[in-house]
Amino acid sequence: MGEHTFDAVIVGAGGAGLRAAVQLARQNVAVVTKLYPPRSHTGAAQGGIGAALGNLEEDHPEWHTFDTIKGGDYLVDQDAADLMCQEAVETVYELEHWGLPFDRTPDGKIAQRRFGGHTRNFGEGPVRRACHAADRTGHMILQTLYQQCIRQGVRFFDEFQMLDLLIADGVCAGLVAYEIRTGELHTFHAKAVLLATGGFGRMYKVTSNAHALTGDGVAIAWRRGVPLMDMEFFQFHPTGLYRLGILLSEAARGEGAVLLNRHGERFMERYAPTLKDLAPRDLISRFMYMEIRAGNGIEGQNCLHLDFRHLGRKVLSEKLPDVSEFVRTYLGLDPAEQPVPVVPTAHYAMGGIPTDNDGQVIVDERGTPLRGLYAAGECACVSVHGANRLGTNSLVDILVFGRRAGKHMAPYLRQADLEPVRANPHSAVAGMITPWFSRESGEPLARIRDDLQTLMMDQVSVFRTGAGLAAARDGLRALRDRYGRAKLDDRGRTFNQDLLEALELGFLLDLAEATAASALHRTESRGAHSREDFPQRNDAEWLKHALIYRKEDGGISFRYKPVVMTRFQPKERKY
Amino acid sequence: MKVHFRIKRFNPERDSKSYWGDYDVDADPLDRVLDGLHQIKWYIDGTLALRRSCAHGICGSDTMLINGRNRLACKVLIKDVGRRITVEPMRGLPVIKDLVVDMEPFFAQYRSVLPYLINTDPPPAQERLQSPEDRARYDDTTKCILCAACTTSCPIYWANGEYVGPAAIVNAHRFIFDSRDQAGEERLGILAERSGAFRCRTIFNCTDACPRGIEVTRAIQDVKRALIGRL
Repeated sequence: MGEHTFDAVIVGAGGAGLRAAVQLARQNVAVVTKLYPPRSHTGAAQGGIGAALGNLEEDHPEWHTFDTIKGGDYLVDQDAADLMCQEAVETVYELEHWGLPFDRTPDGKIAQRRFGGHTRNFGEGPVRRACHAADRTGHMILQTLYQQCIRQGVRFFDEFQMLDLLIADGVCAGLVAYEIRTGELHTFHAKAVLLATGGFGRMYKVTSNAHALTGDGVAIAWRRGVPLMDMEFFQFHPTGLYRLGILLSEAARGEGAVLLNRHGERFMERYAPTLKDLAPRDLISRFMYMEIRAGNGIEGQNCLHLDFRHLGRKVLSEKLPDVSEFVRTYLGLDPAEQPVPVVPTAHYAMGGIPTDNDGQVIVDERGTPLRGLYAAGECACVSVHGANRLGTNSLVDILVFGRRAGKHMAPYLRQADLEPVRANPHSAVAGMITPWFSRESGEPLARIRDDLQTLMMDQVSVFRTGAGLAAARDGLRALRDRYGRAKLDDRGRTFNQDLLEALELGFLLDLAEATAASALHRTESRGAHSREDFPQRNDAEWLKHALIYRKEDGGISFRYKPVVMTRFQPKERKY
Repeated sequence: MKVHFRIKRFNPERDSKSYWGDYDVDADPLDRVLDGLHQIKWYIDGTLALRRSCAHGICGSDTMLINGRNRLACKVLIKDVGRRITVEPMRGLPVIKDLVVDMEPFFAQYRSVLPYLINTDPPPAQERLQSPEDRARYDDTTKCILCAACTTSCPIYWANGEYVGPAAIVNAHRFIFDSRDQAGEERLGILAERSGAFRCRTIFNCTDACPRGIEVTRAIQDVKRALIGRL
């Protein structure tokens, strides 16, 4: 049993966690991560990070703010979006100063490209705003931040899985983690914990998300009484590789690739005459499904084509090398010669742990903070993405709010006292683990996970209905029941991934429940949440965030938080 | 199609030495080797341990010896390796369990080359300028995902764990040839030591093993030339 005391513990070593760690490097801080830091999923981000540098054409943070709000179907908190888009600029310069190898313009500045939903002058047409390093921008961000952490001597606990938060009387005083290599439990006692544990796309069958993205931090916070916000909004990225869901960056369309149906028609011209293939993701994913439903899928299949052929080999090898390689490796196709079959793929959770603009976790509609608990990145919901995130804004979010959380934590750590942790801090975690070692028979967990992913894909993906969501709710209950009777093969202590996958599936089941229940609750269509039985946006009733709580008896309840409006009144979204 | 996997197994809590486990799975020719390993782990033997995360060749978790070559299991398709697939942990690092090795010696060597930009001038208000030509000089080595495929395919490294190894040299190269960096001399000093770049005998295993297509041997030659230039 390990005991550790730090001023702050950061959970997760993707962009948000590492950016906060750099901010807090001079303090007594540790990073706990279930992976090695360079394995984090920030490294899979491809296309770019949005910031109104104006290196290639006129641009302004205000335009970026407007695009973010409109892209989020007006559920975005406008003060937060304003902060994010303003601070994006200095955040990108800071990364460059730390060595991030951005591509360069001929005069040596950071190169920028077009991306979905990013426009000049409040929607007039596309703008070059996404700062990029080929199509491996996330990789470069993750590497650069990890390098800075090494430089500053940040303490890492690699391959430690957080399993519980130590929250009592409205204060967080640390966490319990499981050391994967030894099976040992560790208590981390701290004045503050920052959750930066990423998303939970693994609840869906077709996803761009890594296997690790099981929403651990979000589920643990929810179990400990923290509400979750905007959970009904889950983004499907339009261009996942057919069959596999592997992401083909929006940078492909930013560089000029287009979507085609089986007639070879560039159908997005019909749906979004101004931005066409660079409309926001929620709209394109819906229009793709409409094309498929209308019988316009490729060869009667559930896919459409992404066509790169007119770009030429030079653009493919210089601007989109990784995207081209994914197509070659996994489908055996040459994107310079053949159109590429794509499907929408589960990509990004707009919802998550509610925070204020400094990353402090809040527990109600009035914004009451839970002292000592912070969250940033995809696991958090500020909300800067509202009902639909714009491309590039996830990288902006992790950096701006990872940094803001770190800045807010620094003075807090200096003045706060270390709160006592409860006696037997491991008892709840031991209660999670022990049953898995005592059951002798049962079905394999993988079958339950497969059924969960299929159920969520069928009933809680791009198009939703009340009947389907109710079926999902009931189906999830049955899955939870089966989960309680499943068995493990591995009873050992060394690298017992069988146990870890069981616990991760438990987190996914919780978050699937929160997602389906929130989707059933919101009787309107907005952003990524499209209800066929309620096809219109309903601002009179639903221009508000829903907070979902888990009650002591296992039931759920909702409360509502108003959307912060500043300059931009809701309008119909046309592109 | 039916595929037969032979996997080198070792559980320190149970086994005094490693042994071969044999498994038959149904696979699609377009499946990744990782998909086959998952079939085994999820439906045949849940005690099998392997690292993986992104499953598309970006995170660098699942390096292993596949039919005798260092590959990422998520970046090799079944159709390209055939119906009999042998899988072993990468060489040169201590095995923890099955296909999982202790990565700490590898990361310690990475950290030893000062793998971060060092520039003591006050930064400008905007970006530091860098020409596209200067940016291109170190482009290849920015692709490294620290998967250890190169280092653990190197016979010099197998024989001498003190050798800093190809991955660390690649990451030193990434900064030595970055026009914004000021600590090239310091890194070259580290790589001039006995455990440094001159241990390399240009065997090219590293270049063959790199799943990102980095010309690793060439990067090491660039560093050696820079070292010779200092003499």
